[in-house]
Amino acid sequence: MSRIHVTTTINGDSVDYLCEAGDTLLDVLRDQLDLTGSKEGCASGDCGACSVMLDGRLVCACLVLGAEAEGRSVETIEGMADGETLHPLQKNFIDKAALQCGICTPGILVAAKDLLARNPDPTEEEVRYWLAGNLCRCTGYDKIIRTVLETAAEMRGAA
Amino acid sequence: MAKDEFQSRAFKVVGTRVPRPDGLDKVTGRARYGADMSAPGMLIGLCLRSPHAHARIVSIDTSQAEAMTGVKAVVTRADFTVTPEDQGTRDILDNVMAGEKALYDGHTVAAVAATSRSVALAALKAIKVEYEVLPHVIDVDEAMKPGAPVLHEGRQQESVPEGYSQNVLARSQYGHGDVAAGFAKADLVIERSFTTAATHQGYIEPHACLATMGNDGQGDLWCCTQGHYMVRNTCSAILGMDAGRLKVTASEIGGGFGGKTTVFLEPVALMLSKKTGKPVKMTMAREEVLRASGPTSSTSIDIKIGITKDGKITAAQGDFRYQSGAFYAMNGALGAMCGFAPYDLENVETVGWEVVTNRPKAAAYRAPGAPMAAFAVESVMDELAKELGLDPIELRLMNAADEGTKSAYGPTYPAIGLKATLEAAKAHPHWSAPLGPNQGRGMGCGFWFNFGGDTCVSLMINPDGTVSLSEGNPDIGGSRASMSMMAAEELGIPYEQVRTVIADTATLGQNEVTDGSRVTFAVGLATIKAARHAIEIMKARAAQVWGIAPEAVEWVDGAAQPAGPNAGKFPPMTLKEIAATASNTGGPIAGHFEVNAEGAGVSFGTHIADTEVDPETGAVKVLRYTVFQDAGKAVHPDYVEGQLQGGAVQGIGWALNEEYIYGEDGTLQNAGYLDYRIPVASDLPMIDPVILEIPNPGHPYGVRGVGETGIVPPLATLANAVSRAAGVRMTSLPMSPPKLLAAIKAR
Amino acid sequence: MRFETPQTIEAAVALLAAEQGARVLAGGTDLLVRLRAGQIAPSTIVDIKRITGIAEITAEDGGWRIGAGVSCAAMGEHAGLRADYPGVVEGAELIGSTQVQGRCTMVGNLCNAGPAGDSVPAMVAAGATVRIAGPAGTRDMAVLDIPQGPGKNALAAGEFVTSVFLPARAPRSADAYLRFIPRTEMDIAVVGCAVNVILEEDGTVACAGVSLGAVAPKVLLVAEAAEALIGTKCDDAALAACAAAATAAATPIDDKRGTVAFRKDVAGVLARRAARLAYTRALGDPS
Repeated sequence: MSRIHVTTTINGDSVDYLCEAGDTLLDVLRDQLDLTGSKEGCASGDCGACSVMLDGRLVCACLVLGAEAEGRSVETIEGMADGETLHPLQKNFIDKAALQCGICTPGILVAAKDLLARNPDPTEEEVRYWLAGNLCRCTGYDKIIRTVLETAAEMRGAA
Repeated sequence: MAKDEFQSRAFKVVGTRVPRPDGLDKVTGRARYGADMSAPGMLIGLCLRSPHAHARIVSIDTSQAEAMTGVKAVVTRADFTVTPEDQGTRDILDNVMAGEKALYDGHTVAAVAATSRSVALAALKAIKVEYEVLPHVIDVDEAMKPGAPVLHEGRQQESVPEGYSQNVLARSQYGHGDVAAGFAKADLVIERSFTTAATHQGYIEPHACLATMGNDGQGDLWCCTQGHYMVRNTCSAILGMDAGRLKVTASEIGGGFGGKTTVFLEPVALMLSKKTGKPVKMTMAREEVLRASGPTSSTSIDIKIGITKDGKITAAQGDFRYQSGAFYAMNGALGAMCGFAPYDLENVETVGWEVVTNRPKAAAYRAPGAPMAAFAVESVMDELAKELGLDPIELRLMNAADEGTKSAYGPTYPAIGLKATLEAAKAHPHWSAPLGPNQGRGMGCGFWFNFGGDTCVSLMINPDGTVSLSEGNPDIGGSRASMSMMAAEELGIPYEQVRTVIADTATLGQNEVTDGSRVTFAVGLATIKAARHAIEIMKARAAQVWGIAPEAVEWVDGAAQPAGPNAGKFPPMTLKEIAATASNTGGPIAGHFEVNAEGAGVSFGTHIADTEVDPETGAVKVLRYTVFQDAGKAVHPDYVEGQLQGGAVQGIGWALNEEYIYGEDGTLQNAGYLDYRIPVASDLPMIDPVILEIPNPGHPYGVRGVGETGIVPPLATLANAVSRAAGVRMTSLPMSPPKLLAAIKAR
Repeated sequence: MRFETPQTIEAAVALLAAEQGARVLAGGTDLLVRLRAGQIAPSTIVDIKRITGIAEITAEDGGWRIGAGVSCAAMGEHAGLRADYPGVVEGAELIGSTQVQGRCTMVGNLCNAGPAGDSVPAMVAAGATVRIAGPAGTRDMAVLDIPQGPGKNALAAGEFVTSVFLPARAPRSADAYLRFIPRTEMDIAVVGCAVNVILEEDGTVACAGVSLGAVAPKVLLVAEAAEALIGTKCDDAALAACAAAATAAATPIDDKRGTVAFRKDVAGVLARRAARLAYTRALGDPS
């Protein structure tokens, strides 16, 4: 089976890979590019653990084919921190105990960052609905929602 | 021995909210979970699973699959030639690779290892299995009847009376007093029957492992598990190898909740690796997780409680029928032990039943067996309170167990926190807040035993005065942070100077699984004792330098100092100073402690929930939720809160929408997150946690496990809240909208 | 399996017509799930998103033409579309999560012909049409006629839907879509109901469409429910009649998501609530 050559941008870097037509972007990120921060929890778009940005749109990498990324721009959890400097959401998720096992954390951080970029002052309800596609089984969401709201306030204050 | 461990003290580190050591890895995507590890030359393994609920495996033809390019091995039960010694391990083998029969939809019947996932998938399709489909049974009450399709012959224990199907494997009974006499004294007796559906732990990380076996008889295994020592012991027994020749390393674990306290893929991956001589990686798809890994029991429960008109329980009786899937579990017994544990009862009798059905083997799920029992008992308590016009919390307080109470399951309680949680709930503004139309408030209590168990800890004093702590329990809720905190507290050094790691099975002695809410208690206890051991050595080193007796040295604020004026006048010698000169005073310094920890300290919680019911659709909205639980001592309050919140929400899911749904053919209808409906963020309010601290006499700092109790009260709490909001008593979980609407229309 | 990215509608038609096993990829939120589950094994995946103009929303004859590559999230961000067809947009925006919204399309939702597609009832109630490209050229078809039963659509070999057209809005018109799910998000509709109304100047309903999802093998347009509203001001009696007609029209099944009795009851409840909502919106409609 002939493989497809794809040139794309991931976390700002130009990347080439070969994939089968049926490989998802998540398969490519995890198995070929060693970007294992995006997790496979369901492979059906129901858990959000593989959330990434594709051309500025929040998507599940399991619902995108690797071949579709040709010429596009992908951002993953691995690109969220700026070198040693964590994004305020990342820092606060640690400081405010907004994670337990951490398997959902990358997807939630990517999704929450996109929310705050679009809506710097979301209500609790808006945060809950925006993140409804990111399943977390450990926390009951309480500290996640609080931390996103508190980070939004902090970022508004800093801006 | 355990009772006198606790000593009151002023804490410096314990009780603070320090950042977790695994935090950075987890927020940057660096943390490596089960499926995140690869090896050079690695093959991909996949399982072929039975499409039938119950079928005899007539034949398996693997020849076509084996002949495919890229397929390196196919294994079936025929490859597992060793019969493990104990029945429990034989059951696990039968569960991970079907023998003569496939016992449930999703039961593994063969597995392949191939050079890619797509080749492995094609190979699965090329395996030909001939099945003789047998009648199946899914429901617990049906499975108990004589004439039900039988899963296993000759496995019934002597405790089971005649007249039941062979599917009833065991019966157990608990209690004291004379219930008949007690009921005769009652002014009011309420007797109700309840059912609960099977639910899954729902961890977001599917099971995954990477196995490497060679013909030298040695093996390495990387896997996500709650207990890598358990994995080592079980896999080595199944493969017939020495445990010491299998090294198991626990990955970061993406949730377990009891579901990762056994093995599924690991023995299969090891066998595939053994057969191919190459590393084999296996990961479950979500569908496989739901079809073949550990759901909890579905149940059918009868409860009868007699009470005087002023609210004193005179007798309590319960019959707890639990199905545990295709193999034995003791969930019915645990339910029978836990249901009435919150109460001080003169007359109580409970019976637990263990029943097998054509469903996946039940695994532990957070306080296994207890939430369903509490649902049934606390629902009747709510109805009693309503009938008698009593405040539900008041009714519990009038009958609450306390220090010295002989529990419903036997032992007499030491200091416990049930009444404290009830008093706190009663005084909380939530309990008296106004309610609107179609809204109802419910409360419920819950109990869990907690556990200690085999534990090893090793604590190394590094030359620069930092401390490396090795423990053997996968960190599922922040335990590396809390171990570092307890070590720092005991040693008198800052938290940042201690780093805790989870050792592999070749690096530290046997450790019990991360279960029974045991880690903060038992590993914490061992950590404190290992620190005290290191302190003794450091005191001796200081004594040696000073030329005084070791007994004349005491340890204060991270330094050795003479115990009194008679010991001599020396300036304190800090841990850092002792560490720096250790090489010259006798060599490296390390403390260690090994124990089968007892005195875990039972745990109680009380929950309050407000719900609103849409009477036209049966939709339930949870408006407000408050958790009161005794933590003994909250080592890291944020993480304790997280346990209470997470447990409550799992219980809310169980109460409202989660359930295993089977078709007429016995196949699972909802093996995915789309229709196995765990709560999403928009379903929930904030979960308000209130931590009580009634010290556990069995732990030096008073710590009790907190992980499990939080899931025990919510089923009942929600049922009571919904029943009050809807004006109809809900006795069957989940209270999904179709069920609730039908009940409302029938009221 | 091959992967193709035609740049034109003609090229896409050629690819689809050439192989029976070719499948259209738009948002991919259904296709990829089925691929992964092994339910389908296309010979070629034809990604239509690189066709010029396929991901655009354009004004046409006073109405809106929505390309087959427009994500539901993009619909939600389009102020003009939202103002004219709040019900169509809210239906589209209920599909899946935020992440799924970024990919899924209304046309995909329609062509998959799942009985419970959230975006379909509002399109049907609004009298929307689709434009179909195929080997024989282009044709238009009512949205109502696309689904033929669970998983079956009316497209012929080599055809694919290139856009949806929502007709020009009359003054004092509006729509609404409500669905019932067990949770608040992430579920497939157990019942869905869309109502579209156009009012006279005095607030009397002149024209109505009531459509139900998930209560029959395919989306239903319930004429009796619409007639119950026409000529009324959506008073309680009219709403009750509308609800009763919706309940009567529903022919659902028992399955893992709901029972027959539940779905019939809730169809009526949602019809009443959606009608009231659409009516209130139309009253407030300044145009």
